Amino acid sequence: MNYISSDLKVVGTRPIRPDGVDKVTGRALFSADTRSAGMIWGKIKRSPHAHARIVSIDTSKAEALPGVRAVVTSADFPEISSEMAFVGEGPMNFRDLSDNIMARGKVLYEGHALAAVAANTQAIADEAIALIDVVYEVLPHVIDVDEAMKADAPVLHADMFTAGVNPKPATPSNIAKVVTFKKGDIDAGFAAAEVIFEDSYTTKPVHQAYIEPHACLATYNPDGQVTIHASSQGHFMIRAYTAKLLGIDMANIRVNPAEIGGGFGGKTLIYLEPVAVALSRKSGKPVKMQMTREDVFRASGPTSGASVTVKLGAKKDGTIVAAQQVLKFQAGAYAGSPIGPGCMCGFAMYDIENIDVLGYDVVSNRPKVAAYRAPGAPISSFAVECAVDDLARMLGMDPLALREKNAAVNGTKTHYGPTHANIGYTQVLEATRAHPHWKAPLAEGHGRGLAVGFWFNIGGESSATVHVNEDGSVVVATGSPDVGGSRASMGMMAAEVLGIDISKVRATIADTASIGYTFVTGGSRVTFATGMAVTQATEKVVEQLKARAAQTWDIPVDAVEWRDGKAYPAGTNAGAFEPLDLAAIALKQARTGGPINSEVSINAQGAGAGFGAHICDVAVDKETGKVEIIRYTAIQDVGKAIHPSYVEGQIQGGAVQGIGWALSEEYIYNDKGLMENPGFLDYRCPVASDLPMIEAVLVEVPNPRHPFGARGVGEVPIIPPMAAISNAIKGATGLRMPDLPMSPPKVRAAMDAAG
Amino acid sequence: MSSLSYAAPTSVDAAVKLLAGASGLAKVLSGGTDLLVQMRAGRFKPELIVDTKKIPGVIGIREENGAFIIGAGTPGAVVEAHAGLTAAWPGLVEALDLIGSTQVQGRCSLAGNLCNASPAADSVPALYAAAAVAVVVGPNGTREVPVEQIPTGPGRTSLARDEFILEFKLPARPARSSDAYLRFIPRTEMDIAVVGCGISVTLDANGVCTAARCSLGAVAPTVLLVQAMADILVGNKLDADTLAKLDAAAQAAAKPISDKRGTAEYRTKIAGVLARRTAAIAFDRASGKATGKTH
Ligand SMILES: Cc1cc2nc3c(=O)[nH]c(=O)nc-3n(C[C@H](O)[C@H](O)[C@H](O)COP(=O)(O)OP(=O)(O)OC[C@H]3O[C@@H](n4cnc5c(N)ncnc54)[C@H](O)[C@@H]3O)c2cc1C
Repeated sequence: MNYISSDLKVVGTRPIRPDGVDKVTGRALFSADTRSAGMIWGKIKRSPHAHARIVSIDTSKAEALPGVRAVVTSADFPEISSEMAFVGEGPMNFRDLSDNIMARGKVLYEGHALAAVAANTQAIADEAIALIDVVYEVLPHVIDVDEAMKADAPVLHADMFTAGVNPKPATPSNIAKVVTFKKGDIDAGFAAAEVIFEDSYTTKPVHQAYIEPHACLATYNPDGQVTIHASSQGHFMIRAYTAKLLGIDMANIRVNPAEIGGGFGGKTLIYLEPVAVALSRKSGKPVKMQMTREDVFRASGPTSGASVTVKLGAKKDGTIVAAQQVLKFQAGAYAGSPIGPGCMCGFAMYDIENIDVLGYDVVSNRPKVAAYRAPGAPISSFAVECAVDDLARMLGMDPLALREKNAAVNGTKTHYGPTHANIGYTQVLEATRAHPHWKAPLAEGHGRGLAVGFWFNIGGESSATVHVNEDGSVVVATGSPDVGGSRASMGMMAAEVLGIDISKVRATIADTASIGYTFVTGGSRVTFATGMAVTQATEKVVEQLKARAAQTWDIPVDAVEWRDGKAYPAGTNAGAFEPLDLAAIALKQARTGGPINSEVSINAQGAGAGFGAHICDVAVDKETGKVEIIRYTAIQDVGKAIHPSYVEGQIQGGAVQGIGWALSEEYIYNDKGLMENPGFLDYRCPVASDLPMIEAVLVEVPNPRHPFGARGVGEVPIIPPMAAISNAIKGATGLRMPDLPMSPPKVRAAMDAAG
Repeated sequence: MSSLSYAAPTSVDAAVKLLAGASGLAKVLSGGTDLLVQMRAGRFKPELIVDTKKIPGVIGIREENGAFIIGAGTPGAVVEAHAGLTAAWPGLVEALDLIGSTQVQGRCSLAGNLCNASPAADSVPALYAAAAVAVVVGPNGTREVPVEQIPTGPGRTSLARDEFILEFKLPARPARSSDAYLRFIPRTEMDIAVVGCGISVTLDANGVCTAARCSLGAVAPTVLLVQAMADILVGNKLDADTLAKLDAAAQAAAKPISDKRGTAEYRTKIAGVLARRTAAIAFDRASGKATGKTH
């Protein structure tokens, strides 16, 4: 059924969040809060070098230390052949993941795991780690993407021959892959252009900076059954990776999802779980492991840093006739940056006849990148949206008008293949033009910037069950970890379909043994895909409720109507019965056929793409180079906001992470390739006092493929901020800041250079 | 396995004895907002921690004939709530208040900030500018030490292992005196100063400076007391010419390194910028034009 034009009573309201009390009272059980009788502690020995051959690892002294129960190295893990894994979000190779969690032969970045210890106490485990003797042959390293692409750069993988070029290269390099996307005739496009603008941009890797470090508790029983407690964006993902990396049947692994303290894409792959299981197998004890913040920075994936060029050609009237982009993405130590989506998203907001995009996936001696909100798109859009802004200046055009003139609409064929359908971009641009912020006069010295962004959003496999309890209350369970409020939205969609109050519905997350397979919480898919599964499962429950009423009244099922939480006889012909509410039917469920419940598993199709536009005002302290965000408005097509507060929170959070990316977040490496700022003191995420209120404007153009019209909302808002801010700085100072972060020293240096 | 003892003596003598008697590393504890963080990071493995907070005089503020005596371990939140001190030394109070967050303010102290001996410590340039004196206790009794003689390098002080600071003395102020402290950080809080600047001045009735002390933080291995900056202010009003000279003097005094928090070149320029801005606030306050907070 489709409820888009229905009179909705629950969906679209703002009930109190179901996880609120647990979280504000500190009772929520996050990964590190789980304990088990007889539990011991696992710790990891990490590489102090950016790039080195492991000559030998001597664990004998560590093993001899009293209190040490097990020591493992890569020798304790099966060797796995190269095989692509579509388990988490973004490309990952099983062999690389195995090498990433326990180095084999070489360490490829500072912090790379190469051995692990389990001991009675954390202190003993720390001592044992220090007793492991590793002999390294330190190798030359490379950090920067442009350096890593040079012919004389140190090569990380002797078997890496650039994919996507013909013929296959004769020598290995750090370029894992080349991808291209073409539409029309780029040369003809530039030949027809009257104005051409070209510039180069760089971005730094930035971490998802979830507040909860990775942690897990794993138990390997002598009968081969494994239990894992961990937070993640997908407990089925943990199961699949752990099974593969250790050669264990999935049926023998049960993963219990803990409350998650943020993921943003960074918890769509694993680091600790197979190690903890291996240590438990060897020690016979439950093993708990947790990363420190330093471990998180040194060894878990940020998103790519990149080097990007953009070239745009336009007619004097503002029609963009040619658009070209070259993107070089750091993948970290193993192949698999988000270069694909990076190549697709930059120009997806535009209807341009001739497009040519070339992307490189490049390895270097940094931690392997992981998904981060709209992987690849923020980097690509930073470059494109700065270039479009400068093109508008060259043309003497209002930057919004230039975007309006070239905006993608339903029917626009993208350069990566699909044709846009059911998109709400026009409405987003209309809402931007109509917004008071866009029209507000600018204070002296302030600058205003605009940037837009696009993200696909995905569907995929989801499972949901709905149980009617004996008292008529309802439990909804899904396989989707709740990172952004899905318990609230799942419960609300079920309550809406049932026609009951939200207080009668509880949504939970079931473990891997208790519900059907569910893909990770990523790609902004859960409200769309899992929400669809929940809606369908609830509709099946409604059918059963109607059948039970029909049975009670002894009339045909199609003579029963379900309205406002009650069964009614459909019309006077059906008979004159008092309506039966959910509680009344539930009370008698044993006598009318047994428990009322349903399970639905789907592979949801038809996710609606998302578009956003951000307006940002800044003040620049010309003496210190410090940029202050004065006003910030984020406008986005959200399809249908199931719980508007969560949707606004997603948009505000995405904007804030983008502001950090723009102004202050970066990995700082010394000349030995070691990270100098692996903590929140010097890896600078914005703090609350750095920010104005972020105004989130919800544009609702329903996605017809979802029962309530929902689109994914969590990723779009991190795409526009960097360019919006760079464009605002240009407005305030006349200077283009093409390199992120636009930190005070850089802004001041740019100002000094300009005189 | 290593072990750690903790003691919270209630007299100076007992504390000194504990410190002197320790065989391994003994550390004095005030708020612990540096010490505990550093221990957790593995920077120190002390055998003994001597908590000073139960010693009479370590926490609290007294006024004696216009002079103020601040217990060495008095938390920032307590200092900021003291109206008299805030009126007389607004720069020092706001420098201490800049440290950390509300939670950290419940613990962080002047003694800890000074003896942690970070060149970027926020209250230290203000203490230098204020001509504060540290009352140091040890086995040989009590000695009074100008604060600028306490830090000797990053993480190092001139205190003996069995000495600690009991309290700080701030001199009584002539009329038309005030102070200010500014730091530059990339964010608005929870950051370490890229540069800090403390300035304390006394003006005559015409707004001409008659006495000044100026300091810079985070531009050298220790906080610097910069006589050249004070020399420029004394005898002058804060006009454009004086400001320009002050900026130049600050830049000349700054000897920063390039690190993850800023390049030497940038820090030097910011030292000049902050010197001008800090002086402007201190002069305004001394002439009664403004008493409000600057952050
Ligand atoms: C989240 C956070 C934010 C912070 N932000 C800032 C900031 O913005 N600016 C800033 O300057 N600092 C900052 N700090 C550092 C710290 O809070 C300050 O340096 C604080 O003033 C230390 O005081 P304390 O009483 O906690 O010192 P402690 O940790 O107790 O001691 C610090 C050092 O001083 C020694 N010591 C303590 N008391 C005495 C004494 N009476 N005599 C002799 N030696 C003594 C200790 O042995 C130790 O070596 C921050 C710390 C945290 C955790």
